[in-house]
Amino acid sequence: MMLAVPGGMPARGWALASGSDRGVDTPRAGGRNDGGARMALEQELATLMTAAQGGDAAAYRALLKACLPVVSAIARAQGVRGEAVDDVVQDALMTIHRARASYDPARPFLPWLRAITQRRAIDRLRRAGRRPREVNDPLAYEAEVDPGPAPGQGLEARDRAAALARAVAALPDGQRQAVEHLGLRELSLDETAALTGRSKGALKVNLHRALKALRASLTQERE
Amino acid sequence: MPGEGSNWAGGDLSRHERLVEELAGGLEPVRPLPAPEARAALWLGATLVIGVVLAAWIGTGGFMLRMHVPDLALAAVGAVLTAITAAFAAFVTSVPGRSGRWALLPLPPLALWVGASGLGCLRDWIAPGADMPGEHAITGCFSFLICVSVPLSVLIVVMLRRACPLRPNLTAALGGLAVAAAAAALLMPVHPHDATATDLLFHAAAVAIVIAANGLAGGRLLGRDSGVG
Repeated sequence: MMLAVPGGMPARGWALASGSDRGVDTPRAGGRNDGGARMALEQELATLMTAAQGGDAAAYRALLKACLPVVSAIARAQGVRGEAVDDVVQDALMTIHRARASYDPARPFLPWLRAITQRRAIDRLRRAGRRPREVNDPLAYEAEVDPGPAPGQGLEARDRAAALARAVAALPDGQRQAVEHLGLRELSLDETAALTGRSKGALKVNLHRALKALRASLTQERE
Repeated sequence: MPGEGSNWAGGDLSRHERLVEELAGGLEPVRPLPAPEARAALWLGATLVIGVVLAAWIGTGGFMLRMHVPDLALAAVGAVLTAITAAFAAFVTSVPGRSGRWALLPLPPLALWVGASGLGCLRDWIAPGADMPGEHAITGCFSFLICVSVPLSVLIVVMLRRACPLRPNLTAALGGLAVAAAAAALLMPVHPHDATATDLLFHAAAVAIVIAANGLAGGRLLGRDSGVG
């Protein structure tokens, strides 16, 4: 998966989330491509940071935007979840700005960035840990909203899917093919025509009739 | 359908972009800080200047004589090496991305310094006729240590703040150790006595005060608000 960065630069944030703290990034055994992409990113970020130290606002903007997914990935790898990730990104951006003179252009950029982000993530986790939490409160437990699916929700969805499958299976062949290819598999008219050997006009008519028939049968079933 | 770039962080992209714009808009050029080794050398240079001034003022005769006593010489070497390595470690750990293991560097010279000073106590037990410092001298040593430590501490805190100490307590403790060792090393030419148990105890107290004060103040001084603005 390649993350598209708003600045137009690709970043392999998840691959950068872990690594040594010894100053030099060693590519993991993930493969040559991973290491190569990281080296390219490292090179590009270091160049941008050096330009930013010289006062180049455009380079600085591109640098910070390219850092966003990397910082976010490092924060997640550190165990930060949910909205707190965004807070860590904000804190890290502020620290990068304050500490930009401490980056040594002769050294790699990513360990510098990782150290800052990890520290801000740890700060955030510590602060969250200090907040008082109810650990044994029956009322709070009862009032807690479960973010997961309600019981029976999956059953209901499965019933609906089964009813739809039955209704589609009951359609005449031409209509069934039109629904399956055009409606469910989302193929184009041309592709479906080539696949089924029917004309586009016939397919449109079949789809129209099929939808009408399905509407009728499903409404009937519900009543 | 939103692009891939908009869902990488679960949402708040516009908030980040606003901050990026704000930071980039107010960007001013900065000069990259010199290497931590160079900055440590600068601080040690300032310490050396104080030492040279003191030596010129007090004279080095008594000091050279005391350096013939092995444990005093070892303690002096230990203090000097502790000051050098602790200053180096403090400056290195103040830079993001450098390993915290540098903090272990001053431990061997620290052991030498403390160990050799402890030998002085043993010598006092074996040869009780040694030159004992009076109460006045002890107070003098104590105030000397504090007087030298304060400017050295201020200098090192100001210099460390210019980087971005992400582990402020560790960096401050290392800075405190550097200051304490440097002050003790500077005291040696001035100190007119052989080491004794009382002496060591008072030194240990003074050194602990310096390290603790630096650790407490530095932890705040070197905290989140430090760094180049």
